[in-house]
Amino acid sequence: MSFIVYVPSDSGAISLGANNIADQLVTEAIQRNIDVTIIRNGSRGMYWLEPMVEVATPTGRVAYGPVKSSDVSSLFEADFLNAGDHSLALGVTEEIPYLKNQQRLTFARVGITNPISLDDYLAHEGYQGLKNALTMNPADIVAAVTDSGLRGRGGAAFPTGIKWNTVLNTPAEQKYIICNADEGDSGTFSDRMIMENDPFVLIEGMTIAGLAVGATQGYIYLRVEYPHAHRALNTALQLANQHNYLGDNILGSGQQFQLEVRLGAGAYVCGEETSLMESLEGKRGLVRFKPPLPAISGLFGKPTVVNNVISLASVPIILDKGGEFYRDYGMGRSRGTLPLQLAGNLKHTGLVEVAFGLSLRELLYDFGGGSATGKPIKAVQVGGPLGAFLPEEQFDTPLDYEAFAALWAVLGHGGVVAFDETTNMATMAKYSMEFCAIESCGKCTPCRIGSTRGHELIDSIMQGQDLDKNIPLLRSLCDTLLNGSLCALGGMTPYPVLSALNHFPEDFGVKP
Amino acid sequence: MTQPSTIQTTVQDVISALKDKPGALLPILHGIQDALGYIPSDSVPSIAQALNLSRAEVHGVMSFYHYFRSTPPGQHIVQVCRAESCQAMGSEALEQHVKTRLGIDYHETSADGKFTLEPVYCLGNCACSPAITINNDVYGRVTSAEFTNLIDGLEKSL
Repeated sequence: MSFIVYVPSDSGAISLGANNIADQLVTEAIQRNIDVTIIRNGSRGMYWLEPMVEVATPTGRVAYGPVKSSDVSSLFEADFLNAGDHSLALGVTEEIPYLKNQQRLTFARVGITNPISLDDYLAHEGYQGLKNALTMNPADIVAAVTDSGLRGRGGAAFPTGIKWNTVLNTPAEQKYIICNADEGDSGTFSDRMIMENDPFVLIEGMTIAGLAVGATQGYIYLRVEYPHAHRALNTALQLANQHNYLGDNILGSGQQFQLEVRLGAGAYVCGEETSLMESLEGKRGLVRFKPPLPAISGLFGKPTVVNNVISLASVPIILDKGGEFYRDYGMGRSRGTLPLQLAGNLKHTGLVEVAFGLSLRELLYDFGGGSATGKPIKAVQVGGPLGAFLPEEQFDTPLDYEAFAALWAVLGHGGVVAFDETTNMATMAKYSMEFCAIESCGKCTPCRIGSTRGHELIDSIMQGQDLDKNIPLLRSLCDTLLNGSLCALGGMTPYPVLSALNHFPEDFGVKP
Repeated sequence: MTQPSTIQTTVQDVISALKDKPGALLPILHGIQDALGYIPSDSVPSIAQALNLSRAEVHGVMSFYHYFRSTPPGQHIVQVCRAESCQAMGSEALEQHVKTRLGIDYHETSADGKFTLEPVYCLGNCACSPAITINNDVYGRVTSAEFTNLIDGLEKSL
């Protein structure tokens, strides 16, 4: 009998040595004359335990981690293949509270299956959504997505069904589905995890989107910083084409949908949808003026759905289980689940998919385990580099789009980066301006020039120069950026800058 | 050193294979950089002609994107993440160490041509900060000592 051992192929796990561990397990098993089959699964998203090795047992998978090279021999000595006890033993994986307390809908398969196995995908309820969609007319598919209450998970939270409906009702010979996989927001990695660890769910979601709006061509615009995701997607695309889940005659229905991955080239602003389309057309990624909306005149001037990875990857379960099933999770107008990403200075960093409504404090302490350094958490930045910093007083805010908006903050793409008390928030504000200056596409003057002036200004403030004059000047500059920029890069850089200034004035040398 | 004639052939091969794709410019630039490590300035006229663009337009696109380079990089490209999550876990100290160890600043190549250093704004490895890459291999929770070990290992193999 062969023992089955799982070692993640996720790039985060690999960055901590998972490939070496897999090789060592094989070598050690051969030396001991034990028949072991290694399966490279996805990551469960508990990165403080990575590389986390799992063993299939009659009572379910049991986990060991974080495994270092020096632990491999002792794992065999402890008979880990029969769930033997070891200092790294974590018990039955599904019972680990961090996982057990989540509601994984979009991430249902992540960490369980072999990402690039179509058979595995099918064996775990994959392609059920597409099969249902093939029996429905386009308007009903759109209605199911509208009913689910799904809102764009990329950050803007625009209702997905309404966007699809506009494209459906705009007549054109050619329409497009674009997946925005330019996950440039620092502190976020849920898109990467989906693409590396369950690429078929994204492909299925895009195929359903194509059927829903009458688009026959899709593009995944992937950031070049994700080579592992690129490989996984291309392998999955090839398999999907071979087995008629993509192509000219999807599952014999006569419907067609072609899908291609296109690589970005290190421009953050190309995560903005109009800039992304310019880039796909082979141009500089300059932001376009809206209107016209991409849904009416998008890629190559045709009606185009542009959705984030997580939005599209949430579509298959909605079509499988129905809009109501998804809508039953969440609070207020934030329906369903949000895959949150715990990053920065936290003990238990990783992926937490939960229904909207959990408080930030529960997320940081119950899941995150508090700071990694053991020092008090001073602030968290939620929603990427353009998200506001929240101080401790705001940690009881529920994770809900509207509750965050009321605080002049954003949930964005669900990235949560924690900073301990050693962080100087003026330094962070200065970095925000610097980042905006580096990544500005240059179209809007406030963003192009204002960011550089803002960087200089915060530098002067940090040296204590003319605070009476410079602080109001910084606020005025932020006002210009907010109101004078076409897209979120210039328009939202003031969020981290002003929230740092408002909540932590002492770091800017200003008396609170 | 790649011979100029080989470079031209490679460039032409990439252009012929990709020029009919919709929005072909980025795929072509990627193709050339994948094959040669950079995009030689004298390939611009060929690209422009194939796509019916002006040379200025091709140059404009090349220079807009941080990833494309018009000069050959060092043998090994080191990227250090400068984004917030890595900052929260001490990337600033790591950056200083990396610059000192390699003897170069960002966007520079060492005099011996072994290393090129670039900043990167997020590798999506934020749960394992601070993160770096060396030639597309990503490393997480990198300490200064580990970085030195990695570079020592590479120097031995050079």
